[in-house]
Amino acid sequence: MAFVTANWNPLGESFYRKIELYEMGWNLKDGLKDSLVAAAPYGGPIALLKGHNRRSSSARPQLEIFSSSGLPLASFPWKSGVVKQLGWTVSDDLLCVQEDGTVLVYDLWGGFKRHFSMGNELSQSQVLETKIFHSPYGTGVAILTGALRYTLATNIDDIKLRRLPEVPGLQGAPSCWAVLTQDRQSKVLVANGSQLFILDNTACTPVTPPGLSPQASSIVHMCVSFSYKYLALLTDSGHVWMGTSNLKEKLSEVDTNIKTPPKQMAWCRRPKSQQPSAVVMWDGLLIVVGECKETIQYHLDDDSVLVPELDGVRIISGTHHELLQEVPGACEEIFKIASMAPGALLLEAHKEYEKESQKADEYLREIKEQSLLSEAVRQCVEAAGHEHEPETQKTLLRAASFGKCFLSNFPPEQFVSMCRDLRVLNAVRDYTVGIPLTHTQFKQMTVQVLIDRLVYRKLYPLAIEVCRYLKTPEYQGVSRVLKHWACYKVQQKEESDEVIAKAVSVKLADAAGISYSEIATKAYESGRTELAIKLLEFEPRSGEQVPLLLKMKKSPLALSKAIESGDTDLVYTVVMYLKNELNRGDFFMMLRNQPVALSLYKQFCKHQEQDTLKDLFNQDDDHEELGNFYVKASYKEQRLEARIALLQSAVDEYYKAKNEFSAKTTEDEMRLLRFQRKLEEEKGELLVGFSLHDTMTTLLSVGLHKHAEQLYKDFRVPDKRFWWLKLKALAEKEDWEELEKFGKSKKSPIGYLPFVEVCIKHHNKYEAKKYVSKVTPEQKVKAHLAVGDMEGAAEAAIERRNESEISTVLSRCSATTDHLLMERLNRARATAVKK
Amino acid sequence: MAHTERRDAPGLPDFSLLKRLARDQLIFLLEQLPGKKDLFIDADLMSPLDRIANVTILKQHEVDKLYKVELKPIASSSDQLCFLIRPRIQTVKWISDLVNSDKVAGRFRRYKIIFTPQKFYACETVLEEQGVYGDVTTDEWNFYILPLDDDILSLELPEFFRDNFLEGDQRWVTTAGSALHLLQSVYGSFSKVYGIGRCAKMVYESWRELMEEGEQRTRQPEFAKVFLIDRDVDFVTPLCSQVVYEGLVDDIFRIKCGSVEFGPDVTSSDKSIKVMLNSQDKVFNEIRNEHFSNVFGFLSQKAKNLQTAYDKRRGMDIQQMKAFVADELKGLKQEHRLLSLHIGASESMMKKKTKQDFQDLLKTEHSLLEGFEIRECITHIEEHINRQVSMIDSLRLLCLLSITENGLLSKDYKSLKAQYLQSYGIDHLLTFANLRQLGLLEEQQAGETLTVMESKVGKLVTDKTVGKLTDAFSSLAKKSNFRALSKRLALVPKSGEEYDLRVPRDMAYVFSGAYIPLSCKLIEQVLERDGWTGLEEVTRMLNGQEFAVTGGSSSSDARNKTDAQRIVLVMFLGGCTFSEISALRFLGRERGCRFIVVTTAITNSARLLEALLENGA
Repeated sequence: MAFVTANWNPLGESFYRKIELYEMGWNLKDGLKDSLVAAAPYGGPIALLKGHNRRSSSARPQLEIFSSSGLPLASFPWKSGVVKQLGWTVSDDLLCVQEDGTVLVYDLWGGFKRHFSMGNELSQSQVLETKIFHSPYGTGVAILTGALRYTLATNIDDIKLRRLPEVPGLQGAPSCWAVLTQDRQSKVLVANGSQLFILDNTACTPVTPPGLSPQASSIVHMCVSFSYKYLALLTDSGHVWMGTSNLKEKLSEVDTNIKTPPKQMAWCRRPKSQQPSAVVMWDGLLIVVGECKETIQYHLDDDSVLVPELDGVRIISGTHHELLQEVPGACEEIFKIASMAPGALLLEAHKEYEKESQKADEYLREIKEQSLLSEAVRQCVEAAGHEHEPETQKTLLRAASFGKCFLSNFPPEQFVSMCRDLRVLNAVRDYTVGIPLTHTQFKQMTVQVLIDRLVYRKLYPLAIEVCRYLKTPEYQGVSRVLKHWACYKVQQKEESDEVIAKAVSVKLADAAGISYSEIATKAYESGRTELAIKLLEFEPRSGEQVPLLLKMKKSPLALSKAIESGDTDLVYTVVMYLKNELNRGDFFMMLRNQPVALSLYKQFCKHQEQDTLKDLFNQDDDHEELGNFYVKASYKEQRLEARIALLQSAVDEYYKAKNEFSAKTTEDEMRLLRFQRKLEEEKGELLVGFSLHDTMTTLLSVGLHKHAEQLYKDFRVPDKRFWWLKLKALAEKEDWEELEKFGKSKKSPIGYLPFVEVCIKHHNKYEAKKYVSKVTPEQKVKAHLAVGDMEGAAEAAIERRNESEISTVLSRCSATTDHLLMERLNRARATAVKK
Repeated sequence: MAHTERRDAPGLPDFSLLKRLARDQLIFLLEQLPGKKDLFIDADLMSPLDRIANVTILKQHEVDKLYKVELKPIASSSDQLCFLIRPRIQTVKWISDLVNSDKVAGRFRRYKIIFTPQKFYACETVLEEQGVYGDVTTDEWNFYILPLDDDILSLELPEFFRDNFLEGDQRWVTTAGSALHLLQSVYGSFSKVYGIGRCAKMVYESWRELMEEGEQRTRQPEFAKVFLIDRDVDFVTPLCSQVVYEGLVDDIFRIKCGSVEFGPDVTSSDKSIKVMLNSQDKVFNEIRNEHFSNVFGFLSQKAKNLQTAYDKRRGMDIQQMKAFVADELKGLKQEHRLLSLHIGASESMMKKKTKQDFQDLLKTEHSLLEGFEIRECITHIEEHINRQVSMIDSLRLLCLLSITENGLLSKDYKSLKAQYLQSYGIDHLLTFANLRQLGLLEEQQAGETLTVMESKVGKLVTDKTVGKLTDAFSSLAKKSNFRALSKRLALVPKSGEEYDLRVPRDMAYVFSGAYIPLSCKLIEQVLERDGWTGLEEVTRMLNGQEFAVTGGSSSSDARNKTDAQRIVLVMFLGGCTFSEISALRFLGRERGCRFIVVTTAITNSARLLEALLENGA
């Protein structure tokens, strides 16, 4: 363990260490010399453009993309214009800013995604300098034009170009500048000689950093911290001034004693670090400056690039990849020589314990006496997180675990989650993966983003493992990875549809929340319609399938899927789409095979397009429905001729449909209408539209008996109906004479009880009695009762010896008046029962 | 005999929450259109809306004037018009015309359409086709369920029946699914779902999809089981005359959205009175489920009790009198008022129902259900038609005859139809076409034996592709098989036995002991068997489409805990009658459980048939 501190260097109160991350896997002839280099933060990929300044078209520069460990991801000759600057977006896309202001966007694999321009005027004035920056709003681009004006785009995914105000007195390119994000705004800080200006949307404000040493006549370099909170300025006198980026507070000023302008400068500051510190790089020399006068100096063999990170600086050279950072507090406490911190003691105790020495107990006691054991465990766990060597991590975690044994109430979460995190971190730091994340960065970045990055690098198996291991909910984890995998898979042109569809379905079978329609959309976009259809088959929600099917012009399938979904809105969507897309004939044909869609469309037509409805029936040769259609249309029609014409059409259709009954009935109706009209004209009686029954009733009630009789004969009205009808009509009119005549005209087919009843209904007992004698024996009792003739009723009942009838009569007798009658009835009943 | 609830009956969930939810959302929507506005309301939404938010509340949210949608030019002078409508193409078209005529007149107004319970794509298409899509804003008021009473929830969608079963328009399926989803999200999930019917199946599917999309809530369920049933599984029950008090009131006076208007003949004054009919009405609550023949006895007993209560006044001292006036008098007065109303209603109904016609009607119905003296029934129906007794009743008897007899003989069919047309006009040709499509009134196919037909049906059920999608509309005539079903399920008690309506022994009491409602019997059987096993023969005769699904919440741990396991939600797709509700209440009392009825609308024979009429409308 003595080695742990071997790479530590003290600076003021704290230590700095430089850890080797990788030996680069690339094989660069001249290292990083003469190359444009851009490395994405959070251990992202590295882009390299060699000889970017060459303008001859004969030797095109080569654009290469590597992982952080130097493994090639992509390589292609640069065919576009002269590149001024390379940079990465927050989502690991490569931005190439050209001299003419065009920005080209490539993905990690060198695939061209899109391009945009930073302003038309740039084709003349050219880009002088450019910087790519990250803010909470995404990735931004700032450029300085040949006209010495700044143009800014805060978010390249939603480009709004902003031209910043002019910098007063600027003659040539400023000595240095940087982009700040303050007050939810991106600003540019410009140094022109010793003058400093802040440019925002509206104004150019001169500023002075507090306490800047007076020797300086010019600011030659500046850099902003990862969090935009701090600013470092390097003056021509070799002083590094450090302060807050709002220029309100000075933190320190250190003399480097080097007056040549540096190649690069970056903040090297951990969150919660003890002192501000920056790294300045010259050819072959790297200096770390902090609060104290002393500096740490490293010698550099090779051309290098500094990549500022959240908690340090990565140094990439032609051969190596290193991380320079302030030693985190927990590590310092534990590993500092002769440290008596609880963590250090616990580590020692565990070491002794492994040696089976009793000293272990002594150390433990010492910690426990100060009741710092839980603090010790916490330190060990935290320190393990900050160590890169798995061996060191293990040692620390074992010590923590050992210490935990002596604690009763120590919450295990921290330990467990650290073990998990480290396992994941070690996996992604692996040379083949090449994402050298620190624990701090990982926590800042979140698992979600890490999984996204793995997916973006097509490391699907690893991504799935990570999800499973961290128990990410399936919907956000495994399923999402699988979906991306499938989307990638369907774009592989060399494999056949069947193979891909099968592979996809097998892999995705039991994953929850997979949207096959999204995958299918991807397949369709890459021109594989057949595959898309196959994939859609797997989509359980038929509703999801429809929009894509429509897009692919698979309308019949879309229609049946929409119907299957049971969502009528969807069916309507498809139907309306088809209506506009297909010619009428085809459209109808298609509907014909889909009754659900057809009936929906009919519903729509009923209100919107009556004629279409007719066409639909015509197309189907549905004569029955056509007949019905005409009948319906007929009673909307006011004019009689038109009405009869429509009915005639209906008759024709009914005959075609072999529905004789409807045809005949309709013909009757036409006849009736004509008759009604004729009579209306002759007699002035309103009749048109009445049913046959009502017509006859009306005729009878106005005394047109002959005409009623005529209808009765013409329309073969059943006798019973006619009798009922005439009976009622006459009674209504109280035409008792006519009624009597009618009753005697022939034997009534409905009997004579109705005659009695109808008279009673109109309170004419006298007339009623006339018919009682004619009533059949079975109904005699009822008839007598109806006219209130108790004696007669009793007589009839007794005569018929019908028990229930006798009882009925009895129940109607009142005890006071019909005393004798009741006795008779009771006797009769007794005999009836006996019999 | 008054039905009193069993002591151990489970308590019902509080459904007033649904009202509150709906009200809050409506207010939110109204506030989306700030400033004074005129509100146009679909006629059939008036009463439900009144139960959710009355005029005062609407006025509070800057509704200036209220209009009924009448599909005529409007007289409003407001600059902001808000339309609260059902998603019907016709209404939307009317609004489009309105907007367009304003445009022509150069008048600028703001229009907002609030569709309830949801908007349909077809409506938006109309807006688009009429070129006003950009001029109106649209919104949805997710008012799915109106609680009519403690145990009746209604979707208030009478058109569900016609749209779904006749027109084959399934747009309301998702609405029903959403309603169930709403209940589930407010009151917890169900342990078991049963259903029968094609629509029921689709509703379940749509509900299941909603469940899968939404987050799973592990809540203590407030209902144990859900039963979904299509109206077309049982057409017989709604076609019968209702003789239970509540049903009878509905048949005669028409209960609308839980309230009824009693005319002057009932109130014995010259005014009509609107009365809410629900369990809050003490008198009504005790007689609603009674067979009509018991109601009078009960009411007179009640009147006597009331008198005694009043009589207590005599011989009271001042102090007692004070207490009496303070505590009891108001209640008594209220009861008195209600009692006199119900007595009035009973008298009025009695007058109508004791007439010979009605007695004959009942007799015919019972004969049809029993399958006795069919010839005489036909003669009676014929007379009924010839005498123009009642358009709807005649049609009802025809349908009953057809269903119970598996269709009419060709000769009878033609002659009865011809007579009906002579009585009521040729436009009913279309009504008959509708009835045939629904299988309500059919002609027996000559030479077709029962077995042939049955094998046909059997084939259709097994044939998946047909079963899956299109069966309902293929003019496949549905066999009713009523006779066989009735035998199998013992729906018609043996005749000749005395049936004491005062002490009902089974659900048949709701039809004077002549018939147990098929729908309710099915529910009883399935709940008893916890599924469809043993009912295969029955479901085959009902055209299959039955299902039983165990829901998300595991029933094992919930069983011992709550009353909830004894609450059963029954959803009628296409409407249910008060008789069925009474029968279910009876069943609940017998079994110690409670039924909550969710229906697309309250229906009865008249509403059912009116929905199928095609005369001139």
